[in-house]
Amino acid sequence: MSRVQTSDTATKGPRIGESALRPDGIPKVKGEFVFSNDLRHSDMLWGGTLRSPHPAARIVSINTAPALKMTGVHAVLTSEDLDGMPLYGLEHPDQPVLADGFVRYQGEPIAIVAADHPENARIALEAIDVEYELIKPLSDPKLAQEAEAIHPDGNLFREIDLIYGNSQEEEGEIIVEGTYEVGMQDQAPLGTESGMAIPSEDGGIDLFVSTQWLHADRDQVAACLNLPTEKVRLTLAGVGGAFGAREDISLHIHLCLLAMKTGKPIKMSYSRTESFHGHVHRHPAQMWYRHHAKPDGTLTRIEAQLLLDGGAYASTSSAVLANATCFAAGPYRVPSVEIHGAVVRTNNPPCGAMRGFGCVQVCFAHEAQMDKLAIELGMDPVELRLRNALQPGDKIITGQTITGTAPVAEVIETCAQHPTSVGSASQQMELPGGAGRTADPKNIVRGEAIAVGFKNLMFSEGFDDFSTASCQLLDGVATITCACAEVGQGFVTLAQQIVREILGVEEVILEPASTANVGSAGSTSASRQTWMSGGAVKSACEEVRIRLLSRIAESYNLDVESLVIVDGGIASLSSDFSISLKEATAEPIEVEDTYRHMPTFPLNEKGQGDAHVSFAFSAHRAVVDVDQELGLVKVVELITSQDVGRVLNPLQLQGQLEGGAAQGLGLAVLEEINVVDGRILNPSFTDYLLPTALDMPPVEIAALIEQPEPNAPFGAKGVGEPPAISSTAAVASAVRNATGLDLQRVPIRPTDIVFPERGENG
Amino acid sequence: MTSEVYTLTVNGNDYQVVDGHSSESLLWVLRERLELSGSKNACEEGECGSCTVLLDGEIVCSCLVLAASAVGREITTIEGLGSEDEISDVQKAFVDAGAVQCGFCTPGLLVAIDQLLNSNPDPDDLTVREAISGNLCRCTGYGRILEAVRIASNNRTAQNEEEKSK
Ligand code: FES
Ligand code: FES
Repeated sequence: MSRVQTSDTATKGPRIGESALRPDGIPKVKGEFVFSNDLRHSDMLWGGTLRSPHPAARIVSINTAPALKMTGVHAVLTSEDLDGMPLYGLEHPDQPVLADGFVRYQGEPIAIVAADHPENARIALEAIDVEYELIKPLSDPKLAQEAEAIHPDGNLFREIDLIYGNSQEEEGEIIVEGTYEVGMQDQAPLGTESGMAIPSEDGGIDLFVSTQWLHADRDQVAACLNLPTEKVRLTLAGVGGAFGAREDISLHIHLCLLAMKTGKPIKMSYSRTESFHGHVHRHPAQMWYRHHAKPDGTLTRIEAQLLLDGGAYASTSSAVLANATCFAAGPYRVPSVEIHGAVVRTNNPPCGAMRGFGCVQVCFAHEAQMDKLAIELGMDPVELRLRNALQPGDKIITGQTITGTAPVAEVIETCAQHPTSVGSASQQMELPGGAGRTADPKNIVRGEAIAVGFKNLMFSEGFDDFSTASCQLLDGVATITCACAEVGQGFVTLAQQIVREILGVEEVILEPASTANVGSAGSTSASRQTWMSGGAVKSACEEVRIRLLSRIAESYNLDVESLVIVDGGIASLSSDFSISLKEATAEPIEVEDTYRHMPTFPLNEKGQGDAHVSFAFSAHRAVVDVDQELGLVKVVELITSQDVGRVLNPLQLQGQLEGGAAQGLGLAVLEEINVVDGRILNPSFTDYLLPTALDMPPVEIAALIEQPEPNAPFGAKGVGEPPAISSTAAVASAVRNATGLDLQRVPIRPTDIVFPERGENG
Repeated sequence: MTSEVYTLTVNGNDYQVVDGHSSESLLWVLRERLELSGSKNACEEGECGSCTVLLDGEIVCSCLVLAASAVGREITTIEGLGSEDEISDVQKAFVDAGAVQCGFCTPGLLVAIDQLLNSNPDPDDLTVREAISGNLCRCTGYGRILEAVRIASNNRTAQNEEEKSK
């Protein structure tokens, strides 16, 4: 069959490269879009969850009898009521559906209830009597490996010893060393965990839930309910943001258990406080680094030790550690590397996926090291980075050669050269601390710095990573079925652009994302859906196009090579034949396609291997004002350049760059879940500070580097995560630049600036 | 439970609330009893603005208002913006400017911004930032939201000028 070009279509609807608008934009601005929190059923009950107030305890007894007797209460379930798999987990099932004998973190679910009103559910939860025997929590990750196991699977989730190059020859002449720490960040999507389970007549269950990966949830839910997967149907309910928080199971199994038990639809919607306890967080990290370089700034060797706190259960800890280790050196050429990475179990809140996935933590550290090295060398930090910047054909520290694009120098140069557009603050509101504080302009110092980061796109280490999509063309209307979770990133917009680009149709219908009608699309994470589900939609459409043109060629006795799709119809370039798409597709054409990226391989015992598919790079430059007396930081400008492969939708791309930078800024100066002895001190938006419109400066896009990535559909790289990686490092570095302080920890707290001598516990 | 019946006036329509718990917030009653779920519930502790509605024209977090205390007052929610068949200028600007990602913050922001532009059709950047600083958005970093406000405010100013010159 002949190859079909994709560039000869013309249509009015926005295609690839244009700022197409979201198809769900209008319902969202009208307040009509149905989020998972908005689901309703006339016959529904409300579910609630009893959570452990203790980070570590043995459960002596649970008495549910008083709760069961209460008005409006329909069911109370504990681990005794489970008859499926009692454990779940994304990579490794080690987390109890409901606590069985022990609780290992504060907030661990112990019992669930269904009642006619959430207030009655809450009162019933209070009536459940649990007797605990308290255990001293293991809260220091440094002690985890020596401590007594707090879980049958032990306290070590994973350890990687990465050794690259020849260690002896490359001891450097210039050496800088540092210890760094990253606090626990929360994804804090605005929509809390919520959903509805409805028992079905076939003895199965329908679950409507906000999630990042329907099929992975489905498989875990089915195992825990002891049902065949085809009896468990998951459909995506409107998702109020995700950022990694929805990659793991939260209330999914609980909803289904209560629905099966009561025979009624069950709704659950976490409160904000419960949400802080109810999903995994970004891993806190403790990192030690030693960089070696020649006097001209050429890196010769990097040594590092990375310790991530995985909290009580495995979640995606193992993959997060792989990322932290593989990307620990930053986007630089280093001939010799030795890294020890470990991620351990503690009685702290479980940690897992968050935008940037292991790369955020090490970026903060390796960029601080590069700054230190620049000072030690008396060299311009931009020049130092450029001297060592990775290029295509270079090897990263896993020994993998970069076969795709790597415009590292380009992102650094464009970002560094972009003119700054900020003057000095003219109003009190613009000073650090804003209206409410009394910043004195003469205590304000300004700083500026650049940082560079990179990350893998898609899943790594040999994972069978794929996405499935089907395309049906009927009466000139295309219908796409794909289980890709739209979480706000705009895949729904892009899918329509792809279909229009290839099939030249105006109307593109997107079927609901569900496990009921199509195979897995994989997770909406790892910056992978544009490439993976975009790739699946693209290849399904291309096959539809081939079949359509062949069919027309055959029916009308035309040369298939001469046919083009143009202006909503098919025309022949060699005759005056033309037919509208509507007429040409009175008989439907339907194709389902599964897209896979090139295979990757596990890391060997030295942390070496072709474990990754592709890499994306970004640079941020931050300008900050710091009130040295009050320790307050105001980020006044962020400038960024990003390696994007190809721009598919400029407007959505800009939204990703701005939104990601905001989360990076948050980690640099505002956001931390404060955990003391395993307890979260600030599980609320009152005490966990998200950047507001007053905290967030304009984000200037210095350059979008468009070097098409070989093998990537349309040449486009995923763009979601890099903005959240180098932004934190840049802001932290700018604060160091402003204050001259050796700030080794993010988020930077006012006390770190005012009382630097107190050190890390200031 | 109370068996009291009370009436709320939302977007110009009267709604009877029957059998409400006396502790129910206005947000809860709007969402769950009146099925007006456009107002969102990201925190229910007055910190995020996703539940923003107007009470007699003033901005409030409906999660902090007891429903029963809103009796006799004019409540405006996201469902009251725009008309049956046309979205408002601010709503349109949000769509066009890319100010919507997940959209969970959107209704609250729109109510707040609509009120801002009604009282100050041409606010400067800092005024806008200050006005929406009680509305958290986790997706956008606010850049496109501020752009949407600029678009809407420019359009309003242009329109006003046109009307004046007529
Ligand atoms: S829900 Fe009311 S302020 Fe957050
Ligand atoms: S668009 Fe998602 S919170 Fe604002």
